[in-house]
This record gives sequence, structure tokens and C-alpha cells, in this order.
Amino acid sequence: MNISLFLQMAADAEPDRIGLVCGGRRWSYSALIGAARGAAHGISKSGCQHVALLDEGSEAAAIALFGAAIAGIPYVPLNYRLADADLAALLKRIAPAYIVGDVDRIARLNPEGAHAARTRMAFIAEAEAAAGSTHPEEPGDGIAVQIFTSGTTAAPKAALLRHSNLVAYILGAVEFGSALPTEAALVSVPPYHIAGIAALLSSVYAMRKILLLPSFDPDAWLALAASERATSAFVVPTMLARIIARLDAGASADLSALQAVAYGGGRMPLELIQRALDLFPNTSFTNAYGLTETSSTIALLGPEEHRAAHRSKDPDVRGRLASVGRVLPSVEIEIRDEQGRALPRGERGEIYVRGDQVSGEYRERKALDSEGWFPTRDAGWLDSEGYLFLGGRTDDVIVRGAENISPGEIEDVLVSHPAIAEAAAVGIPSAEWGEAVGIAVVARSDEAVPEADELRALIKNRLRSSRVPERILFLKALPYNEMGKLLRREIRNLFKN
Amino acid sequence: MKPGTKLKSVVCDTEVMVIRGGDAVVECGGAPMAEERPAERKAVAPAFADGTKIGKRYVDAAGTLELLCVKPGKGSLSMGGVALVLKEAKPLPSSD
Repeated sequence: MNISLFLQMAADAEPDRIGLVCGGRRWSYSALIGAARGAAHGISKSGCQHVALLDEGSEAAAIALFGAAIAGIPYVPLNYRLADADLAALLKRIAPAYIVGDVDRIARLNPEGAHAARTRMAFIAEAEAAAGSTHPEEPGDGIAVQIFTSGTTAAPKAALLRHSNLVAYILGAVEFGSALPTEAALVSVPPYHIAGIAALLSSVYAMRKILLLPSFDPDAWLALAASERATSAFVVPTMLARIIARLDAGASADLSALQAVAYGGGRMPLELIQRALDLFPNTSFTNAYGLTETSSTIALLGPEEHRAAHRSKDPDVRGRLASVGRVLPSVEIEIRDEQGRALPRGERGEIYVRGDQVSGEYRERKALDSEGWFPTRDAGWLDSEGYLFLGGRTDDVIVRGAENISPGEIEDVLVSHPAIAEAAAVGIPSAEWGEAVGIAVVARSDEAVPEADELRALIKNRLRSSRVPERILFLKALPYNEMGKLLRREIRNLFKN
Repeated sequence: MKPGTKLKSVVCDTEVMVIRGGDAVVECGGAPMAEERPAERKAVAPAFADGTKIGKRYVDAAGTLELLCVKPGKGSLSMGGVALVLKEAKPLPSSD
């Protein structure tokens, strides 16, 4: 199996159809497969063992992804936002690599790496010049993509996705050629994120035109959506918040073609999705939950479920807007306790998943158990209808005395307070308990900051006394990374000072 | 047949990739498919001439075999002389 098959099929079916638009240039499927073959030729000739990208999103990301696949070499998109020292460590781990992007930075950070580095422009020009190359298909089931995890607790892990994992995901989720010629997907997630890879593969297989925005900016997003008449888009919650903020501030854009918005990658604030549903009453919203190690989406809350929850009076149905929906038909799920025993519905535990798209494999080790289950390290629970609710990372669990406390349960209560916009609960060192609860809260701009005792009483009444925070910080904003992930480590650091 | 194996028709342009399959012999246009295309094409059997469609998945009634058509052609697919059927796909909302 090889993911380059998807691009090959699209080019066979309709060679002249436009598959990708970036920076004003329009690429047909036949131009893309030609460039990918040309890239494969250059990659093979280099003798390198990895193909890396150190660049913003562009057609080079698609050409490198498929070119690496044709050459049978793992594609490793790197996070160009990393600090020099962190990036240098990753460059060492993949040396010698064929790298597309910031050649000066590569030479400066890892001069002894013997990398074959090229600028984006040079890479594309070489790939197009060798478009007539042919390459025998690599046998077996090699590694298609290697993504370094963000490494919030330790050194980044090299997560491996095999061709069979990604092919299983795409075949399970996308119907070939199902997009109408008018359909266009606006892709603004960074190329080093699994969502960026999945967006390329899904759209190519559906034959949905990709509108690539190299780097997210709300005004550029609105302009591209309007000028190319985007029919769908994937955003992380912070992107959606920034787009809505621009619209609120009076930015105008013709979004009449926009039929569908999918979101994921981080926790969606309930208020934000409710606002979006009101602001775009005719748009379909889909919430996708997945991990790098699961080849992207494993559960989703679909458009009908969004609208049903939004208009329901039943609190259980309404509450599903805060869920990530149900698992894909091709994925199995279990919630397990710390001893690894499956828990009944309604009980919180760790989310385990199994399926062909689930790799659970790292360069260093395999994380699947003997029966193929992958421990996601995400906490969560299933309601009676199988809707999955997330409760944060299990690594973030606060252990007070012998009691395990999920930050999510405290945060859910806090944001129910009318004056609280955002809240985060973390473990803080405690001489008495080992760990105690610390909370950081952000008050709404239009509300008075509540008293600390009021928040303590709220938690005590709604949960129990062990959940009551020992310390409370009032912040102007919570720290997030560019994908909208809450940086709990930074909040823990705030309590140290 | 291992998943990922590509089979080619000996009667037309059809090419399939095995998604799931045992040791069954798969035919296209009435003739067994092969990993390499022969120099000369055989004739399409009239009973198996409905054609294949790119991107469609074909299964047997028992669900032991699943093929993805990656190149279309004039012949139609069968296993042991029994026609394979189109697998109905339940569309999922696009999540990326």
C-alpha cells in the first residue's frame, strides 16, 4: 500500500481538474502527480533516509508528502516555530535528511548533519523539471509520515504512521471522487500537524480542490474564502475565535459559498461553538477528535448532531455540543480504569482505541497492547448514546492524597459561572497532600471578577471538598499554543512564582 | 493475497488493490486477474462485461473479500464465477 495511490487515482480520473491552489498558482492533479514523481526522483538520488519540510504550508508540502511516498522514504514535517535548540535536536535525529524550506537555518543549526537542503522554490522547480520520472512502487508497508509530538512532558517522540494506517483512515472516512467540481476546502492548519496531512490526503481522495493558506491570519483567511469561494474549511478553535472576532469588528467577507466547517485540535469553548452556530445558521459544523498516533480523526460530532444539540431543551442532548461525538464505524473504543479494566458508560477513565488507522507506534517503541489497543493518555467518558466527552490528558490528573482528580470536572464547573470565561485546574505541590488543586481563571471582560471564596463555594457545592482549590490565580488570558492547546505546564509554573 | 496487493485484469484496463482477501482467485471479465498484465489481452466474457468504476469498492456476499478499483475497465469482477457487488459506503461528514 502507498498513499501516493490517492493522487495517482485523482490524476487518472481527471488529469486536468484543479486539485490545489496556493499563492495564486493552480495545480491540476496531473501537474501534482508529475511534480511528486519528479520529487521522488531527486529524493532517491540524494540517498537520504528522511524527507523533511521546514516551511509554512504550500504546494511544496503536498509535493514532498507524495514524493516521499513514491520514493518510499518517511516524510517528516517539522515545526518551524520551534526554538533553535529544540529544532537542532530534531534535525540531528533525522540526519541526513532531504529538507525543503529554510536552508540557512538548517545550515546554522545542524551543519554536520549532511542534509540535502533546498528552498521551496528550488525544490518545486527541480520536481517539475523531472516530472517525467518513473519509480517502481515500493513493496511492503513502510513508514509514510513521521511526526514529532509536541513533547510537553519529555523530549518529543517520533510518532510513525505507516502507509496502511493512513490508507485505512482515508478509505474508512472518504469516498473517492465524491466532491463536486465546485467544492473547495480551505486548509490553514500548519503542515507539521496531523490535521494538515489528513487535509491533503482527504481532499485529494475526494477530489476536492485544496485552497492552501500558508500561515493562518484571520483577514487572509476571510479574503481567500471569499475570492476562491471556499465551500469547506478546517479550523482549530482559536482560529475560529479570531475569525469571528474580525467579523464582529466589522470585517466583511462573502462567505456565502461556505457550507461546512470542521474543527478540532484543541478544546472548543462551548460559548464559541454556540456563537458560531448562531452566526452561520446554514453552515454544517463537524467536530473531529483524533491524535497524531491515530492518523487523525477517530470520533466526530456531525452537522445534524450540532444543530439537534443546539436547539434541544433536554440538558443531556444540549450537553452533547461539548462532546466530540461518536467513534468512526471503523474504530473501536473502550474507557478503562488504571488497572486497564473496561469501565461502563458514564464512568471516567482513560480512552483506549483500536483500528487499522491506529498506529500507536513510535520510533523508540510500540505503545499498542497485545490486543492492538492504544492508550491515548486522554481521559474521557461515554454517555448512554455513545457520545464521547474528553476530560483532559491523564498526565494532567491531579493526585491529592490518594484521590485522582480530573482537571476537566473542576473546569466544567468553573466555566458554568456567568463571570468566568476560561478556567484551568492544575496540581500544585502540597506538603500535606502531595498535590493540591490550583486554579487559574479568566473573568469575562464585561463582568466583575468573582470573589475567590465564591468560586471555592461553587466547587464545594457542585463537586466535593477535595476539589476545592488551595490557590486561585486570576489571569487576563490562559496560555495556549498555536494549535489552541492549553499549556498546563506554564500554568503550573505560574503557581511556582 | 496480502492487503495492498495490486491485481490487473487480463481482459481490460481494470486494476484493483486488495483491501481484504484470502486465497480466493479473483476474476475480471471472466478471466483470473494477475499481478502482471499479459502481452496479449483475452476477450471479455459477455456475462462479466458491466465494467468497473474507479474508487469503488467491491465485496463478495460473505464479506471475506474486498477490492478497491484503482483503474477502471470494461470487465466486471467476480470470485469463483460469482459476481462481486458494490460496497455501499455510508458517507461521513468531512472532518478535515
